[in-house]
Amino acid sequence: MRGNVVTNSVKLTDVKKSFNGHDVIKGVSLDVQKGEMVVFVGPSGCGKSTLLRLIAGLDTPTSGQIEIAGNDVTYAHPSKRGVAMVFQSYALYPHMTVADNIAFALKIQGLPKAEIDAKVRDVAEVLQLTHLLKRRPKALSGGQRQRVAIGRAIVREPDVFLFDEPLSNLDASLRGQMRVEIARLHTKLNATSVYVTHDQVEAMTLADKIVVLNAGRIEQIGAPMELYRKPANLFVAGFIGSPRMNILGAKVRSSSGEAVTLDTPQGVLAIPRTGAQAATGASISLGIRPENLHVAAAGEEGHLSGYVILIERLGGETFAYVTLKGFDGEPVILKLDGEAQVHNHQEVRLTVDLNRAHLFDEAGLAVGVSPDFADKTDGSGHVQ
Amino acid sequence: MVTATIDTGWRKHLPVLNAFLRYGILILVGFVMIYPLLWMIGGAFKNNAEIFSSIGFIPKAPTTDGFVNGWKTSTEYSFATYLLNTMKIVIPKVIVTVISSVVVAYGFARFAIPGRKWLFALLMATVLLPKSVLLIPQYLMFREFGWLDTYLPLYAPQAFATEGFFVFMIIQFMRTLPLDMEEAAVMDGCNSFQVLTLIVCPVILPAIISVALFQFMWSMNDFLQPLIYLSSVEKYPVALALKMSIDVTEATSWNEILAMSTIAIAPSLILFFAAQKYFVEGLTSGAVKG
Repeated sequence: MRGNVVTNSVKLTDVKKSFNGHDVIKGVSLDVQKGEMVVFVGPSGCGKSTLLRLIAGLDTPTSGQIEIAGNDVTYAHPSKRGVAMVFQSYALYPHMTVADNIAFALKIQGLPKAEIDAKVRDVAEVLQLTHLLKRRPKALSGGQRQRVAIGRAIVREPDVFLFDEPLSNLDASLRGQMRVEIARLHTKLNATSVYVTHDQVEAMTLADKIVVLNAGRIEQIGAPMELYRKPANLFVAGFIGSPRMNILGAKVRSSSGEAVTLDTPQGVLAIPRTGAQAATGASISLGIRPENLHVAAAGEEGHLSGYVILIERLGGETFAYVTLKGFDGEPVILKLDGEAQVHNHQEVRLTVDLNRAHLFDEAGLAVGVSPDFADKTDGSGHVQ
Repeated sequence: MVTATIDTGWRKHLPVLNAFLRYGILILVGFVMIYPLLWMIGGAFKNNAEIFSSIGFIPKAPTTDGFVNGWKTSTEYSFATYLLNTMKIVIPKVIVTVISSVVVAYGFARFAIPGRKWLFALLMATVLLPKSVLLIPQYLMFREFGWLDTYLPLYAPQAFATEGFFVFMIIQFMRTLPLDMEEAAVMDGCNSFQVLTLIVCPVILPAIISVALFQFMWSMNDFLQPLIYLSSVEKYPVALALKMSIDVTEATSWNEILAMSTIAIAPSLILFFAAQKYFVEGLTSGAVKG
C-alpha cells in the first residue's frame, strides 16, 4: 500500500461463479487498495481469467458482490464500472487506425472532437506511438500492438486497469522489455491494476501483492517476497520460485519447540523451528529451495547424498539434478554457480541451509516459519 | 562437352512442349466455354439474316440496328422501363437481404438463444428445401395479402433472412472473428447494436459484399418469381421483357434480343469486376482463419 490511502479500489466479497453447474470460482474475497498492482497467478484453469472477467463485467458472478471505488457494480455494464482492460490478443479493431482505436471509447462516450484529439495525442506521447497514429494494426509489430492496447485502456482514465496475460503473445526479449514498461507506467499513473498471468516471474517482478489461485480458490495473498519466504502451503511453495522448491518426504521423530527432528531415508535431520507443533510419527514434507542446497566442501559431511543425473548450464548459473539415495520421487535441483565443478554420475554430498528450509504437514499446510525469514514482513523488489 | 546430366535430343524440349500442350488445351476449352457469350455480343451487331447463316461471331457488316430497335421494344414501353423495373426489384432485395442476413447471423453466432441448435438446423433445412415446393402456398398467401402484381412478393420475404445460405455464410465468417475484439468494444461502451455496426460489419465487409453480389446476380437473372407474381407489362423486369419479345412476334428479331441481352448482363458484369477483390476474398477467407 502506498502512502496513507485508505479507500478500497476493488473489493470482492465471497464471489462465486459456476458454468453449467461446474464451479469455477468457489468463493473469493479480496481487497485491492488504491494504486496497488495486484497480480493473479496460478496454473491454467485455476479461474484467474474468469475472476478478471467478473471484475470487468464480461461475466456476472453466480453469487457474491463486487465493488469498485465504493460502488456496487456486481451487475453493472462493463463500460459503467470505471475499468479498462488489456486483452491477451490485444483485441485491436483491425479496420481502424491506431488513433481511431485509442479514440474509440471516447467517441462512444460522445466527447467533443477537440478533447478526444488532445487526449489521444497525450496518450500516444506517453506510449511513444505518435509516429504510428495513422497506421492500421496489421502494420504494427507485436510490441507496438501491445502499446496500442494499453493506450486504449489509459485514454479512458479508468479507476482500475485490468490486464489479461498481456505479455504471453510476445517473444521472450520483448516480454522482458514490456514488463519493465508496464511497471514504469503503473508507477507513473499510480493506477490501480489487476494483472493476470501464469508466469510467476511476471508476478514476482510486477506485483505489490500476489494472489495465488488454485482450482477456484485463493491459496495465499501477500507481497512477492513474503510468498517466497513464507509460503502458506505446498501449492504456493511449488508455484512461486523457479526452478520450483524441492519437496522431500519424511517422518517426524520429535518436536521440541526449538526444532523439528525428522527421520529421513538418509538418517536424522533437525530443522530449527520455534514453537512448531508436529505430532511424532506424522508424515511431513521438507521443502528446500534450489539455492539453499549446496555441494558439501571436501571433508565436510553434509546432510544428504546422491548422484548427479543431469546438469544444465545457463552460463551465469548451473542447475544440477541429483537423485538422493533412498528417497522416492523426483530428483532434487540445486542452483549452483555458473562455474561449479560438477559432472554427470558424480556422487555428491549436499548441505542444506536448515534455517531456510520449509516444513509442510500432511494437509500441505506450512509448519511454522523458517528462522531466517521469521522477522521479515516485506521487501518487494519490483521496478519502481 | 557433354555430361551425363545434360538431356540430349528431343527430350530437352519437353518442358516447352509440355507448356504448349497444357496452355493449348486450357485456351481451347476456355474458348469453347466463352464462345456463346462472344456469339451473343457479335450477334447483337449483325443483321437478322446473318445470324443463322454462319457460326462465326464477327459480324461481316456491323450494324447497331439491333440496339436501336431492341431498345424501342415491340411494346409501348422502352427497354429503359424494364431495366428500371429490374432495379426496383433488385436493389431493395439486395438491401433487405444483407441487413436481415447479417442480423440473424450475428444472433446465431454470438447470442445464447434457447434452442439455438434446433433453430440453426431448421435454418439449414430451408437451404435444402426445393424452392418450387413453396410456389403455390406462397402464391396463395400473397394473394390474400393483396400483393399480386406488385414487387413486394419479390423482396419482402428476404427481409426475414429467408436465404439460409447467406446466413450460413456470414455465420461461418463471424465465427472466425476473435471474441476479444467484440468484448473490447463492449468494455469501450458499445451496446450489441453498436458492436455489430461499428466493429463486426466493417470487419466482415468481404462477406457482406459477397452476399450482395450473389443476390444481385441471382435476382437479375430471376425469371420464375416475376413471371408468377407480375401480370402488367409495365411492371415487367428485363428477364420477362426479353422472353416476351420472343413470343409476341412471329418473325423474331434475334439481333434485337441479343443486343438487349448484352445490355442486360452489363450491370452484373460491371459490379462483379468492381467488387472482385472483395468478392474473391469473401468466398475464401471465411473458410480459413488468417
